[in-house]
Amino acid sequence: MVGASVVRKEDPALLTGRGTFVDDIRLPGTVHMVFVRSYLAHARIVSIDTAEAARLPGVLGVWTHADLEGLPATRSVPGMERPCLATGKVHFVGEPVAVVVATDRYLAADAAEAVVVEYEELPVMASIAAATAEGATPILDGLPSNVVLEQQLSATDAEAELAAAPHRLAFALVNQRCAAVPMEPTVCLSDWQSSGLTIWGTSQTPHHMRNEIAQMFGLSQQEVRFVAPDVGGGFGAKASFYPEFLLTAELSRRLRRPVKYVETRSENMTSMVHGRAQQHDVEVGFDDEGRLLALRVRITQDCGGWPDATGIGLPTLTSFMSGGCYRIPTIAPSFRSVVTNTTPVGSYRGAGRPEASYMIERVVDHVAAELGMDPLEVRRANFVQPGEMPYATQFEGIVYDEADFPGCLDKLLEHVDYEALRTEQAALRNDPEAPLLGIGFSTFVEMGGFGPTPLFEQFGYVGGWESANVRLNVDGSAVIKVGTSPHGQGHQTAFAQIVADQLSVPFERITLIHGDTATVQEGIGTMGSRGVPVGGSAVFKAANKVRDKAIRIAAHMLEADESDIELADGRFSVRGAPQQGVDMAEVAVRAFKPHLLPDGFDLGLDETAFHEPSNLSYPSGAHCCVVEIDRGTGKVRIRRYVAVDDCGTVINPLMAKGQIHGGVAQGIAQALIEEVTYGADGQPGAGTLVDYTLPSSKDLPRYETDHVVTPTSFNPLGAKGLGESGATAAPQAVVNAVVDAMGHLGVRTIDMPCTPQKVWRTLNAALASQSESAHQNGS
Amino acid sequence: MSHHKVRITVNGTAGEDEVEARQLLVHYLRETRALTGTHVGCDTSNCGACTVMVDGRTVKSCTVLTVTADGTDVLTVEGLDEEGEMSPVQKGFQACHGLQCGYCTPGMVMSATGLLLEQPDPDDDAIREGIEGNLCRCTGYDMIVDSVRWAAAHGGAGTAATAHAAHAEGS
Repeated sequence: MVGASVVRKEDPALLTGRGTFVDDIRLPGTVHMVFVRSYLAHARIVSIDTAEAARLPGVLGVWTHADLEGLPATRSVPGMERPCLATGKVHFVGEPVAVVVATDRYLAADAAEAVVVEYEELPVMASIAAATAEGATPILDGLPSNVVLEQQLSATDAEAELAAAPHRLAFALVNQRCAAVPMEPTVCLSDWQSSGLTIWGTSQTPHHMRNEIAQMFGLSQQEVRFVAPDVGGGFGAKASFYPEFLLTAELSRRLRRPVKYVETRSENMTSMVHGRAQQHDVEVGFDDEGRLLALRVRITQDCGGWPDATGIGLPTLTSFMSGGCYRIPTIAPSFRSVVTNTTPVGSYRGAGRPEASYMIERVVDHVAAELGMDPLEVRRANFVQPGEMPYATQFEGIVYDEADFPGCLDKLLEHVDYEALRTEQAALRNDPEAPLLGIGFSTFVEMGGFGPTPLFEQFGYVGGWESANVRLNVDGSAVIKVGTSPHGQGHQTAFAQIVADQLSVPFERITLIHGDTATVQEGIGTMGSRGVPVGGSAVFKAANKVRDKAIRIAAHMLEADESDIELADGRFSVRGAPQQGVDMAEVAVRAFKPHLLPDGFDLGLDETAFHEPSNLSYPSGAHCCVVEIDRGTGKVRIRRYVAVDDCGTVINPLMAKGQIHGGVAQGIAQALIEEVTYGADGQPGAGTLVDYTLPSSKDLPRYETDHVVTPTSFNPLGAKGLGESGATAAPQAVVNAVVDAMGHLGVRTIDMPCTPQKVWRTLNAALASQSESAHQNGS
Repeated sequence: MSHHKVRITVNGTAGEDEVEARQLLVHYLRETRALTGTHVGCDTSNCGACTVMVDGRTVKSCTVLTVTADGTDVLTVEGLDEEGEMSPVQKGFQACHGLQCGYCTPGMVMSATGLLLEQPDPDDDAIREGIEGNLCRCTGYDMIVDSVRWAAAHGGAGTAATAHAAHAEGS
């Protein structure tokens, strides 16, 4: 089954409206919580008048921070923990100030409108520049400045190496703030009973949530059950902890009723963590052949109004991956994290690695432009070669596994007639009526298969392993329980494929249970492309334990040696005597008959396994984007997008294609369309889907995909992960193409998103400066 | 807030309910009629997750007040069922992997169904045009386009939707 494009088991329920998302769950007596959120970006709370709201029909109560004495803050860097409701001060537009609970969500919203908050405005610093300016007010109480974390990740700042290089280039890049926008906003339903607390919530990490919530309330983990049923997309943003998980629980405890919270989209745009939000100051030293000799990257991260526990760790990952797939003798990354009066920043598809990949892939194109070389030649001059794998980078523990970077590019060029495109590009440049053609490449490597434990501990998780349990039922069907909790990745199907192969049980007779801490033994969660590499490996190991045990039983039944037992088509037989055999169901039944088994045999076929990855895995690939730019409007149209990916073993090509498409779509959207903006007063410029433009079916191209398969030796499946590759690879493929289209006019850079207006301005500025210099040369 | 009596047929089942004047049709379907297949993804009618068919035409049910749907015949994703079988559009989405998280999917399926009622054999551009009002954050749309083309070749909008539209036309 592994390697087969089987259609997904999870689809019929989702397609017929029979899925179970959190807001679909109905508990008798449920009441509804609505937030009162700050409309100012930075202000002292002078007073909160809840009297009128509390009197409105259907209202069960109104609470401010002062009414919730002892409610703990959410985990972050010590000294920067965020309270559930603002305490005396608000840090960003959308920060919760008070909550209302009413019998109906319309009534709760009415009452929230009636809460009167008096603010005293404070100076607003809604950008890195404003928050780090001379005399800026520290946003977090008790801290001397808004720079909350600074780190140099190398022994050198590479100044000597940069100075010694034959060529040296410096430039700045912006990786703009993006919003994850899962189609389902954050929703939770808490039911606190005397026996314990149950929370249904939109989360990628139910066990982590359980652990955090139990600790916050001083409950044992047994007393907290967290359920993530069907979850409508996460993209990293649903891995963070949000105040509503704690508040609905606390209010359910107080009101002795289930309390539900359903975020609106406009709330989601200012409340759910944003992604990216990094600025890079880059210097690169190189020689005449385009060989990279030294790289210095100074990263500045905008953390938003409160440092998110995961978010603040992301510049570390950017630093680790700053060398990309190239052998660079000296790399000197450093970062600083800055608090601003904006929505907190956390993980978003790729989380820290797309920023690195964008930076280094823009570097190679800059170097090519400076030397007048082909961007592919610069890449080839610097690739780490297949024979050098595994490749230990200068960063401790960051070891690239098996990969073939040049092979991915070669395969890409089998799909793309590069020479013909360059010829066409030159011809179109001379035709003023024709669009400008641009060809952009991205040869990338990123991190997948997240773990191991020492890395994950830094983000507050128990570990970086994953757990799985496989049980063979007496009728020969099988049940898998796994700690990863999918939100669209297709674990039900992929893991059933793995077990079908290991146990020779029909795919249709295997089911998956996930996302419920009461039924799944332990888990870490779904992020960092860890579903198949880590979760799948745990499933593989558990299935193998069951298989080994079943073989022992079959050997006993067949009075043969275990080493002579073969399993095929659901039947155990003795090697060389195929007529002698027992089927899987017979073995499963026998597993419960102690009197027919060897003495002391542990009954049942039910095995749990953990997989601790020995290291991260490193998906890689080569993508090409061909764009056309309309000279009159600056609009960028993607003519072709070709992706060659190496995710190691492909479990299900159909689903792998889906993951690539989705990631590439998000990467293209970052390159061309999406950006979360703020006014100087901290008011969001993108507070709804009217002003934050998500790409529609007409904005995105068809995608062409292919694979190079170099299985990783870091896990038993050989799978590296795939979910984040597209989003990591695509932005620079598109931007390199846009810059390439205007390269003959001297354009070297443009910041994302490449909107028509920005491209039009860049193009016309280049044309103006070209005609000016022609004029000067002529005179 | 005033209350009003409405008679609305949903997926062939008539219902008479008293609703608040401001109640949105999507909340009526989800809360009053307990049909949770229709989803809410935004509050500006941009995402299309709440798309249903009212009297044969696809609408975003978050922009319709329940009271204005009085006397109508509504078809939701739950009503596409063809004697226990999925409709061609639903089958197409499974065959072509046109969904991942599945949250936008009911609305997307309804829009695709509506498109096939109007244009039984749309080309790729027409499909992209037809589903432009439905946002999907997972798939990048390519395989949704494939799904709709698959459906066009395997029975189109399907019997339930066709009957619903015919009924609307006749009334």
